[in-house]
Amino acid sequence: MSDNTRDIASVAERIRPVAVGGSVVGLHFLQRTPVFVLGEEALVLATNDGEPQRCDIHGGAILESAADGKQVITGGDDGKVMSTDAKGKGTLVATDQKRRWIDHVALAQDGAIAWSAGKQAFVRANKAAANEAYKMLEVPSTVGGLAFSPKGFRLAIAHYNGATLWFPNVTGEPERFEWKGSHLAGTFSPDGRFLVTAMQESTLHGWRVVDRKDMRMQGYAERVRSLDWSHDGKWLATSGSNQLILWPFQAKDGPMGKAPQIMAQTGHQVDVVACHPRQPITAVGYADGMVLIVRNDDGAEILAKRPGDAPVTALAWSQDGTLLAFGTESGEAGVLDLS
Amino acid sequence: MSDKIPVTVLTGYLGAGKTTLLNRILSEPHGQKFAVIVNEFGEIGIDNDLVVGADEEVFEMNNGCICCTVRGDLVRIIDGLMRRKGKFDAIIVETTGLADPAPVAQTFFVDENVGRKTKLDAVVTVADAKWLVDRLKDAPEAKNQIAFADVILLNKSDLVKPDELAEVEARIRGINPYARVHRTERCKIPIAEVLGRNAFDLDRILDIEPDFLKSDDHDHDHHDHGHDHDHDGHDHHDHDHQGHAHGHGGLKHYHDEDMQSLSLSTDSPLDAQKFFPWVQGLVQNEGPSILRCKGILSFKDDPKRFVFQGVHMILDGDHQREWKDGEKRLSRAVFIGRKLPEELIRTGFESCIA
Repeated sequence: MSDNTRDIASVAERIRPVAVGGSVVGLHFLQRTPVFVLGEEALVLATNDGEPQRCDIHGGAILESAADGKQVITGGDDGKVMSTDAKGKGTLVATDQKRRWIDHVALAQDGAIAWSAGKQAFVRANKAAANEAYKMLEVPSTVGGLAFSPKGFRLAIAHYNGATLWFPNVTGEPERFEWKGSHLAGTFSPDGRFLVTAMQESTLHGWRVVDRKDMRMQGYAERVRSLDWSHDGKWLATSGSNQLILWPFQAKDGPMGKAPQIMAQTGHQVDVVACHPRQPITAVGYADGMVLIVRNDDGAEILAKRPGDAPVTALAWSQDGTLLAFGTESGEAGVLDLS
Repeated sequence: MSDKIPVTVLTGYLGAGKTTLLNRILSEPHGQKFAVIVNEFGEIGIDNDLVVGADEEVFEMNNGCICCTVRGDLVRIIDGLMRRKGKFDAIIVETTGLADPAPVAQTFFVDENVGRKTKLDAVVTVADAKWLVDRLKDAPEAKNQIAFADVILLNKSDLVKPDELAEVEARIRGINPYARVHRTERCKIPIAEVLGRNAFDLDRILDIEPDFLKSDDHDHDHHDHGHDHDHDGHDHHDHDHQGHAHGHGGLKHYHDEDMQSLSLSTDSPLDAQKFFPWVQGLVQNEGPSILRCKGILSFKDDPKRFVFQGVHMILDGDHQREWKDGEKRLSRAVFIGRKLPEELIRTGFESCIA
């Protein structure tokens, strides 16, 4: 299997390029509008017709973004947390008092917002007014990642030697899930039963939330920087290797004792994965700029974007799964209509 | 690969003059733009657009390597800074006075994202000419910083007498004879001596020679004919490990009893099949005590020079250029570390001869 001459069906000719004008670091859909998050200062909304709309919202680097279909939340090195809607209107959510970097952001299904600066994690409930006080929790070391549980108002905060699970509305000590090492990103399974973190040492760690039972998922060549759950929550798709890795989470104890599904191998690292919202299909972005659409059942591939001059850094599906958007480190970006 | 952003690490014990050097680098008319990573508790007053406060979080790695630590904050900050690529030409990391340079250096070899976008240029240590000798006795951090350095600024050299200066320089040499030492006043030094050193670049490993006589052209103490022993190191009742001095051509040489360098060489070609398992086993077992190592090797039936370098248990090596006609095919390796098992390393190295 050579990368540049993959002899497979292609939809790459359907790409509608978007001139975003900068390195893409995140990508979300607000209804059917792809929103490209640039490494610096701005979001670019690519409406169906007309020019891409650039929205300058930060005074420096944009460090992380999250979205729920209605708004994109961003954290910047200007110390600001911003919310941007489908019209491109940016609203200030919070400014860090010391103007520290906002390293991580997360968004709950009900619209609650979380962010972190240094060792402090903050949450603001969805019903809180714009200037209403938020709640803060300090963890033992710098926050490595944030994730809201799909069940209840509960935030997981990944950090060195484990993760802290915090019910912001409940007084008392938050729960500590321990595992030695530096935990850099967190995600809950869609049913809320499992919490998975990506670690500094190229492994994933998981806990079954109910009893904190540990699970290790290893064998990666690189640090895992992209994680996504399949539409039915049965599989966790990840980067970190030169193939797509799908860990099985159907069973009561998750992937323990089971091998992952491995597919779509190329000579290049997988940098981003994005699961289709309705079908067992995964979009896979590689370090050479190629994007494949892979069927989880049998590994069948469709070429979505040919290799380019820079790694794919972001992928996203529209909520109905008919549009796939991509962005690269060098600012190449586009949308594919698969309907 | 040349578009990797170079990173210079500034270390030095409290009050030695790190911030002075930093401000000097930033204010010189070199036309370069820097991103500066400072520790949050450090001195303020740095005049630069891109200054980031770091927490110096040292994280252990679960890779079966007890001395493998990384600076978690650097992984995060460099990731963030690289979003502003184009806004700066180089990164300078200023560490706290008590910091160990090893986790900083290891971060560049362990984290592939950091290693892909940036490259470690050199560890620059600022030492206080007046107080370094005392700190070497009571502060292991200060000794680490000297042992680890590629470039050492012997600062505040105007505040001590010439013989004191020669003394402190000899102490530095006793620990690390391979670093470039510059005597400075208020850290006044041409910027090219500090930045763009490529000290961790395998292609730049040209020779491995002690820097005794290559250092600055200040007058060495030629009146001190070295038959005088520094009895501190031989005094069994005191444990300050100052080492002893012995004479060589008029320069005082010290052997630090705690931290030393070990130089190995042979003109017999080495057997690659023997060398790699040996050196890997060595750093696996002795990694905690080996701060840095470096080597140029001649393997049997191999027309190219093989170069390697390492930090604790992390080794990095590659073939370099071909041996030139008439060039002496000498294999050389140096280890700098704490209480190095000299005999073990020497016999091990010799057993790799083909």
